[in-house]
Amino acid sequence: MSNELTIGFLPLVDACLPILAREHGFAEAEGLSLRLVKDMSWATVLDRLLYGQSDGAHMVAPLAIATTLGRGRRAQPLAVPFVLGLNGNAITLRRDLADQVSPASGLGDPAAVGAALGAVAQARKAVGNPLRFGVVHRYSSHNYMLRYWLAACGIRPDEDVEIVTVPPPFCADALEAGEVDGICVGEPWNSVAVERGAGRIVLVTAQIWRRGVEKVLALREPVLAERRGDAEALVRALIAAARHFVDPANLAVNAEILARSQYLDGSAELIGRAISDRLLLVQGGDPVHYPDFMFQYREAANFPWVSQAEWLYTQMVRWEGGVYSAEDAATAARVFRPDVYRSALLGSAEPLPGASSKVEGSLAGLTSVGTQQGSMTLESNRFFDGMSFDPHDMPGYLARLP
Amino acid sequence: MLQRSVAQRAMRIVIVDESATRAAVLCEGLAALDDCELFTICERRGMVARIGEIAPDIVLMDLGNPSRDVLEEYFAVSRALARPIAMFVDESDAESIAASVEAGVSAYVVDGLAPHRIRPLLDLAVRRFSAFARLEADLAEAKGKLAERDTIDRAKRILMDSRGLGEPQAYAELRKAAMDQGRRIIDIADAVVTAHRLMGGK
Repeated sequence: MSNELTIGFLPLVDACLPILAREHGFAEAEGLSLRLVKDMSWATVLDRLLYGQSDGAHMVAPLAIATTLGRGRRAQPLAVPFVLGLNGNAITLRRDLADQVSPASGLGDPAAVGAALGAVAQARKAVGNPLRFGVVHRYSSHNYMLRYWLAACGIRPDEDVEIVTVPPPFCADALEAGEVDGICVGEPWNSVAVERGAGRIVLVTAQIWRRGVEKVLALREPVLAERRGDAEALVRALIAAARHFVDPANLAVNAEILARSQYLDGSAELIGRAISDRLLLVQGGDPVHYPDFMFQYREAANFPWVSQAEWLYTQMVRWEGGVYSAEDAATAARVFRPDVYRSALLGSAEPLPGASSKVEGSLAGLTSVGTQQGSMTLESNRFFDGMSFDPHDMPGYLARLP
Repeated sequence: MLQRSVAQRAMRIVIVDESATRAAVLCEGLAALDDCELFTICERRGMVARIGEIAPDIVLMDLGNPSRDVLEEYFAVSRALARPIAMFVDESDAESIAASVEAGVSAYVVDGLAPHRIRPLLDLAVRRFSAFARLEADLAEAKGKLAERDTIDRAKRILMDSRGLGEPQAYAELRKAAMDQGRRIIDIADAVVTAHRLMGGK
C-alpha cells in the first residue's frame, strides 16, 4: 500500500524531476504514489498548495519565501527540502534589438550586451518609450536574475526600463506583438519564440550567476511536519530521478515523456534540446552547446543551501524598496531545510554537505568542500560582475549592490 | 450619511474568463443579485487596462487562466485603483475558500468590502462554476460514448465485409473476443480498426 502525494506543477522543462520520479517508478520504489496536477499560473499552483488540494509544489524559489513572509497574501510558512534545479532560463530579445546590442552570433558577453543595452535604454527612455521586459512572476528567479544583470550594467529597473509579468505561454506572442522588447523565461518558451522568429536568445541566466537557484519543491511547513516520512521518501525519489535525468543515455526517452500532453504538451525536439544544454539561439541557426545551462544534479545541486534563501531575501528587499530586517531574514532562511534533505539521504551515496550555508559567488575555480562522506568538488559559482554574497553580512552586501 | 451611501452603492464586479460561455453562465447567475453591476472580460490583451477603467470592487477569475499572475502583479503594484485589491480570504471560513479553489474560481476584493456582502456572491459563483464543470464533464462523457459507438460500428463493418458476417454475428464475435480476453468491447473494436488500418484498409 503506497502513500499518495499530490504535486502541483507548471508545464516547464524544469518540472522534470517530479514527472520522471513518477514515470520511471522512482516514487513507487519509495512507497509513494505521485499524483501530478498541472496548472497554468503560479497563483493557482500556490492556491492549491495553501488550501490543501496539493501536498507539494514545483515552485519558483522566491515565491516560497514571499509566501512565508506574507508578501501579497497572509503569511503561511512553506518549507523547501529539495531544490529542483539551478538556472535553465534565458534572455530573449526582439530580433532588431538583439542585433543592435549583441551583434555577434552566439551567446553574448553579459557585460558587453548590458553596456550596449544601456545606451538603447537611455535613448528609449528619453523619447518616453522605455524598454520593456517580461518576466514570468514578480517573485521569480527570472525577475531577480534579470534585475541583477541590468543593475550591474548601470540600467536601473523600474526607472530606466519597465519590467512586467508575462505568463510563459504568451512570451513569444508578447515579443511578436511588440508588447515587450525582451523576456526572461524558462524553457521551452525561449525556444518557441526563436522558432517563431519572434526573438533571439542573447544570454542564458547561467552566465549571470553560474549556479543560481531556480525551482524548488515546496510544502506547507505543517504538512512537512505531519508527513515527514513521505516527504523524505519524495526527496529520495527525486534524487533518483535527477540522477537518471542527467545521464545522456536517457535524453530521448525523457524528452518524449516531458512532451506528453498531460505534462508539457510541447515539442519533444525543443525539450530535448533544452535538457541537453543545446539551444537554438536564432531561427535557422545551429544549436549552440552551453554546458550547465540547466543544472539538475551534480555537485549536490538539489541541496537546499540556506545561503540561497538568504540571497533571495536580499533581492526581495532590494527591489521592493524595503528595509532589511534581521527577523525576516531569519524567517526566510528557515524556509530552506537542509536538515530534511540530509536525513532523507543519510547512508546513501549522495554527497551531504557538512555546512548548510556557503559564500555564494566566491568560487572562481574548482573548490573542495567537506561532506559527511569526505569531500566533493564544486566548480565556479560566480556572479558575472565578480561580486560575492556572504550570508553573514547581508546588510553589508545590500549596501555594496548598485 | 456618506458612509451609508457608500455601503449602498452597487458593487462593480468584473468576471475575467477566457471561456465566453462560462463567463456568460456566471454572469447570468450573478444578475440575480440586485446590488451588482457586472462586466465581462474574455480577451487577454488589454485586460489590465480595462480593469483599471472599470475600477471594480470585485474581480472573479477562473483558476485555469494563465493571466492570474499578471492580475496579481497589477493589484500588487498598481496605483490606478483607489483601493488595493487582495485575494479574498475569509479566515473565519477556510472551507468556503477551499470550495472555491475546488470549483476553480478565485476572487479578488477591494480593501474594506464587508465579508457579508462578498459571501453570497462568492457562494453563487462557486455553485455556477461547479455546475459548469459538471456540464462539461457530462458533455465530454457523451462525446466519448458517441466516439465509442462509432468505433464499434466500424469494427462491425470490417468483420461483416471481410468475413461475410451479418451484423448480429459481427457484434457477437466482438463480444466473445472481449469476454475471452477479459477486455472491454470498445478495446477489441479499437484493435480491429487499428489492425485493419495497418493492413491498408480504410
